[in-house]
Amino acid sequence: MEPAEIAAKIKESYPDDVVSIRDFRGQCAIVVKKDNILKILTELHNDPQFNFDFLKDLCGVDYLSKKIPRFEVIYQLYSISHRHMIRIAAQVLEKSPSLESCAGIWKTANWHERECYDMYGIVFENHPDLRRVLMPEDWEGYPLRKDYPLEGPEEEWRGFREVLQKHEEYKKYEWNR
Amino acid sequence: MEPLKDLNTRELVLNMGPQHPSTHGVLRLKLELDGETIKKCTPYVGYLHRGTEKLAEGMTYMQCMPLTDRLDYISSMTNNVGYCLAVERLFGIEAPIRAKYIRTIVSEVSRISSHLLWLATHALDIGAMTVFLYAFREREFIMDLFEMLCGARLTVSYPRIGGVKNDVTQEFIDKLYDFLLDFPSKIEQYETLINVNRIWLQRTVGVGIISAADAINWGLSGATLRGSGVNYDIRKHFPYDAYYQVEFAVPIGKNGDVYDRYLCRMEEMRQSVSILKQCVEKLPTGPIMAPDAPKFTLPPKDRVLSEMESLIHQFTLITKGPMTAPKGEIYVATEAPKGELGFFIVSDGTGRPFRMRIRAPSFVHVSALPSLCEGGLIADAIANIGSIDVVLGECDR
Repeated sequence: MEPAEIAAKIKESYPDDVVSIRDFRGQCAIVVKKDNILKILTELHNDPQFNFDFLKDLCGVDYLSKKIPRFEVIYQLYSISHRHMIRIAAQVLEKSPSLESCAGIWKTANWHERECYDMYGIVFENHPDLRRVLMPEDWEGYPLRKDYPLEGPEEEWRGFREVLQKHEEYKKYEWNR
Repeated sequence: MEPLKDLNTRELVLNMGPQHPSTHGVLRLKLELDGETIKKCTPYVGYLHRGTEKLAEGMTYMQCMPLTDRLDYISSMTNNVGYCLAVERLFGIEAPIRAKYIRTIVSEVSRISSHLLWLATHALDIGAMTVFLYAFREREFIMDLFEMLCGARLTVSYPRIGGVKNDVTQEFIDKLYDFLLDFPSKIEQYETLINVNRIWLQRTVGVGIISAADAINWGLSGATLRGSGVNYDIRKHFPYDAYYQVEFAVPIGKNGDVYDRYLCRMEEMRQSVSILKQCVEKLPTGPIMAPDAPKFTLPPKDRVLSEMESLIHQFTLITKGPMTAPKGEIYVATEAPKGELGFFIVSDGTGRPFRMRIRAPSFVHVSALPSLCEGGLIADAIANIGSIDVVLGECDR
């Protein structure tokens, strides 16, 4: 099925949830409200005409001062049997950055959602184990947000002093000292 | 004999890695053990996180190229090619046919190189020393080929948006062809050593089984997915570069265990040799850069030093910035040696990516590690880590 055709069918089934359809270079993204995201994704996974069994990727995008709502969570879906793909973009508000987890549908979403939470602070409700994945567990702030300071936070990060102390301690093991 | 009354048992938590040879240096597994059986496995990653995606947001499309080298540093060429294809699709440009063939050649040579390193280290983890030495011998030859092509051995940055950096020489083609004639006999050597080796079989057959449905659900890709019997290869599903002009088979496993994943990769190397032979024989003549691509790619240094046009072009590119990309978003995936490597680029109409997301196969594979390890033995965890072929540079980005 062509991406535009899939997008049209989803829009027909969920007229209130689909905000718009973005079409670029033959790829389609269905922009949806976050409320019924789990229902839409479940249908895309279970319905034999779509059969999106492979979640290629899940990530966040921060449109600070460019768009309202500020965040989007992007799902890249693919069907191995039908060989078609579609992109779902769920809108997430800045005030309440949360939406339903889809780790129950695709197990691979587990870590992708953890990464999205780690980088953007978007909370995935009913996620089995929502923890930071790439950054240290006690890290403050969300690095991929557009307003995150590029040179890091102004204050010292937790444990900074301890690392410096360790560095001094280990100097005695260096050669020629 | 009477049973021991005072025997105490307790669950043991074992931290394996990050400083452990079989965990690639920067992967930590927290194993909860009952005797030698793994009850629960929790992987911890992020020790090599360098913020590649954040860095890309501050760079022009051209400047991002060296960032992609450092993802899967075992096969930098395939990362470069994947990134170039995504940006080309975004800009709506197409590389000339010769450049496409050259890229296919370097991608496949990289695949062989990556699989050789995988075979060497995986075999070493399991206890086979000789294969390690043999595989590195052949890999060294491939590194020499890359050096001849672009001057670099590891972080090559050779492909360009709209083509490749420089043309291949006849000497490169000749040496590559010699290698292709010789290499199948080398694969046979490796197989003679381990294919029916009893220790190898006992360590790999029936270990880390993952069913086809589970493998898809976990998002596995590449040989790790195909080992479970799923016929999904992006080179066949969405042919890019010159893949639609070559014939090759996709090796598929049956049982989805460590041994099947090993067999798949061995057969993939043979298929790569076949693809390379076809590419070398069919290599067309013509330009190596798309006519509209130089608008945002720096001209070659020798031309900057000898032609006024190129000098002006370089000057404007550095001072005024590159050509702006159209607004939009694009996801382009390629079949890297580890699996599906995808680049999702959001463009806001400037010369820099607004958001660049890298879908790294190793990240997904590490996430599926608990499902492979739990219920097995500690020794099997080593075989499992090796069989999913992860590179932590790519996983942590």
